Amino acid sequence: MGHLIPPSIMPFVLPVVYAVVIVAVLPLLAGYIVLMERKVMADMQARLGPMRVGPHGLLQPIADAVKLLLKEDIIPDKADRLMFWFAPLVSVTMALLAYSALAIGPAFQIADLNIGLLFILAVSSLGIYGIVLGGWASNSHYSLLGALRSAAQLVSYETAAGLALISVLLLAGSLSMKDIVQAQSDQGVWFGFSVPFGFFIYLVGSIAETNRAPFDLPEAESELVAGYMTEYSGFRWSLYFLAEYANMVIVAGIATTLFLGGWLRPGARYHEHIPGTGIEWLDALPALLTLGVALYSLSLAPKQPVKIQKIVMVLVAVLCLGVAGILAGALFAPPAVMQGIHGAFWFMAKVFAYIYAFLWIRFTFPRYRFDQLMRLGWRFLIPLALVNVIGVGVAIVLRQQLAWGPIVSLIPTTLGTLGVAMFLAKDDAPTVAAHLVDGE
Amino acid sequence: MGSGKSGNRERAVAAHNGHERMSNEHTIKTISGMDSVNATVLGADEIILNMGPQHPSTHGVLRVKLKLDGERVAGSECIIGYLHRGVEKIAEHRSYQQFAPYVDRMDYVAAVSNGLGYCEAVEKLLGTEAPPRARVVRTILTELQRIASHLLWLGTHALDIGALTPVFYCFREREEILKIFEKYCGARLTTHAFRIGGLQYETYDGFEEDTRRFCNDFAHKIDEYETLLTENRIWVGRTKGVGILNAADAIALGVTGPVLRASGVKWDLRKALPYAAYDQYEFDIPTRGTGDTYDRYVVRMEEMRQSRRICLQAIENIPTGPIMARIGKVLKPPPGEVYHSIEAPKGELGYYIVSDGTTQPYRVRVRPPSFINLQAFDKMAKGSLIADVVAIIGTIDIVLGEVDR
Repeated sequence: MGHLIPPSIMPFVLPVVYAVVIVAVLPLLAGYIVLMERKVMADMQARLGPMRVGPHGLLQPIADAVKLLLKEDIIPDKADRLMFWFAPLVSVTMALLAYSALAIGPAFQIADLNIGLLFILAVSSLGIYGIVLGGWASNSHYSLLGALRSAAQLVSYETAAGLALISVLLLAGSLSMKDIVQAQSDQGVWFGFSVPFGFFIYLVGSIAETNRAPFDLPEAESELVAGYMTEYSGFRWSLYFLAEYANMVIVAGIATTLFLGGWLRPGARYHEHIPGTGIEWLDALPALLTLGVALYSLSLAPKQPVKIQKIVMVLVAVLCLGVAGILAGALFAPPAVMQGIHGAFWFMAKVFAYIYAFLWIRFTFPRYRFDQLMRLGWRFLIPLALVNVIGVGVAIVLRQQLAWGPIVSLIPTTLGTLGVAMFLAKDDAPTVAAHLVDGE
Repeated sequence: MGSGKSGNRERAVAAHNGHERMSNEHTIKTISGMDSVNATVLGADEIILNMGPQHPSTHGVLRVKLKLDGERVAGSECIIGYLHRGVEKIAEHRSYQQFAPYVDRMDYVAAVSNGLGYCEAVEKLLGTEAPPRARVVRTILTELQRIASHLLWLGTHALDIGALTPVFYCFREREEILKIFEKYCGARLTTHAFRIGGLQYETYDGFEEDTRRFCNDFAHKIDEYETLLTENRIWVGRTKGVGILNAADAIALGVTGPVLRASGVKWDLRKALPYAAYDQYEFDIPTRGTGDTYDRYVVRMEEMRQSRRICLQAIENIPTGPIMARIGKVLKPPPGEVYHSIEAPKGELGYYIVSDGTTQPYRVRVRPPSFINLQAFDKMAKGSLIADVVAIIGTIDIVLGEVDR
């Protein structure tokens, strides 16, 4: 291949391939996150979830995608046609653009920008334009209210989430995604453990930023029907949907990189070898896990009621077996390749764990009211995040001046922030809504 | 829609639809209270928002016209009638027995209670009474129906406030009750469980065991719902202080049922004017003081526990004997009128029946709890936010079949 491509273009080939892969795979991934969401929801609600299309509903995302593509494309009479057409594109483009700086494993990254995190934050914030424009262009009350809520919510929670990220940046000393992970490797602790409050604030902030329950006010279906998406249907609607799930993966990716050690293996300092080989137990774990999934799906295959479902189940098993093979093969490959493949595995595993937490929260809690949402953001999270940032600054001084360890130096910070959090939470306790008291 | 110029977006927010707006203003002048709110906080025009009749959380086909200042409700108007079927008029063209299944279609999530009220009203008109065994079985089934109705309320109310999961737990338990109904009379929803004068069917073998098993399981099921909601910060924040209705207003508006009791008025027809077999059993009437959405939630949760208690007492000792009074095949009540009311899950369900001595009632007037309770909506909603409107609709616990009849 090398002789076909001029050397001047060579550095761009791999990023372009990655970009194509992301654009091609992400909609599918989003579809399967939806399936995962429905299955998790069903499990928590004592029911089965999608079971009809494919075995255990495994082909449901594809059926949904086909349905959405075939639906009639409606633009309301009074809508601003240009803006109505343009808005979902803004949302989805910005969501996809953010992937360019995300490091999925040490090898798989389109561009290792030195301002990587800043870039992701900036680009994903631009996605709000899609929501506001869409809500305005629809020319419907529900849409407009949804869009306005969304804008206000994003501004409030991005401040808190940004401050939470700053606490990590202070520790890592870099904005590059790779350097942040490297810093966690060097210090021997994931930042989620050393600054738990930063992680907590980012978790809450990221749920609010992606408009997920209990902060899903812009699309609160019991109040605003579907918020800014009310007038959208078919493919345009699915673009918004895609943007929402892409954003979920982005915030999960940021959280993984900054707080959960990115692609680092859990127990990075634990080196127990499988007897007789040079392979560590923990390195073999991914391959064994996927092998287990493969065997489990194979055992389910004969139980499927229809022949086509049996075939699909076997295909799933073969797919898992293939992944297991790649993961196992990587153990014998050069360290760089092995790091790349296993890093991507651990990264995705952490991203999905984070998304699972999202879903868990969604199915457990009722929805905040708008004023309560704002109060939580401005009077609890932002002060707490500020205290946390100051505390991390103090910890760095302790580390540099008194040579405390990276974990020990942060314990006072965490305790101090905990105290402030309890003080703020007491202040924030639900009270009779003021407007109802002074109302009549 | 026709005359509005499309594409003219100069007043994008409020006057985007000039044509409809004018017609709205015409209607609003006629609504008392709504024209008193003039200035909005930012001096912008109010938004008129129609919630319903097709809206995810208006529980059927209620249409609420909201006058909004931003997200704040400046005034509201409930527009009903989308489910009007003329039930009361139908009664005038049916014999007394023929009309009995129709009442099930009013509050269709509490059909058994509807049937009890109607049958007892006609019995009163006839000057007869159901035999003791029938009265006890009626009590058990009606209390099970109360639990089922409250479970449906809890699930949908929580869903409106954004908790997605309780609804499925509630339906799981409600299913057990519906199974008992199905085994008893063959129907799950519109049961027509009772007949004028008593019961059509004997209880099936295992009725007592089924009911007992349900009641025993249900005790910790309620606790399970409460772990999800009662002390949940968000739930408390969304319901406490929302939609306050004080006792004086509640009485003035004729509100009954859990809504009234949550405002602190200890009024329950099962105690005040006992019917069926309620005078034989021990149970408490839960009341609260503030009259907000949270109080109504607590009251209904406690009512489910009390209903369970009544069921357990009743199932222990069902008297033997006939299940049908001797009333004859053709019912010809003497001329006269009667008003009989029962404590349905949603409040006082009353039947006013006028007889002219023929086989068909001269007039049947139903006092549905949902319809009367809905009057309190504007009082509760004024000054609250859109999100509260949803909570308030849920907390009144309306069934549109009963509101419109």
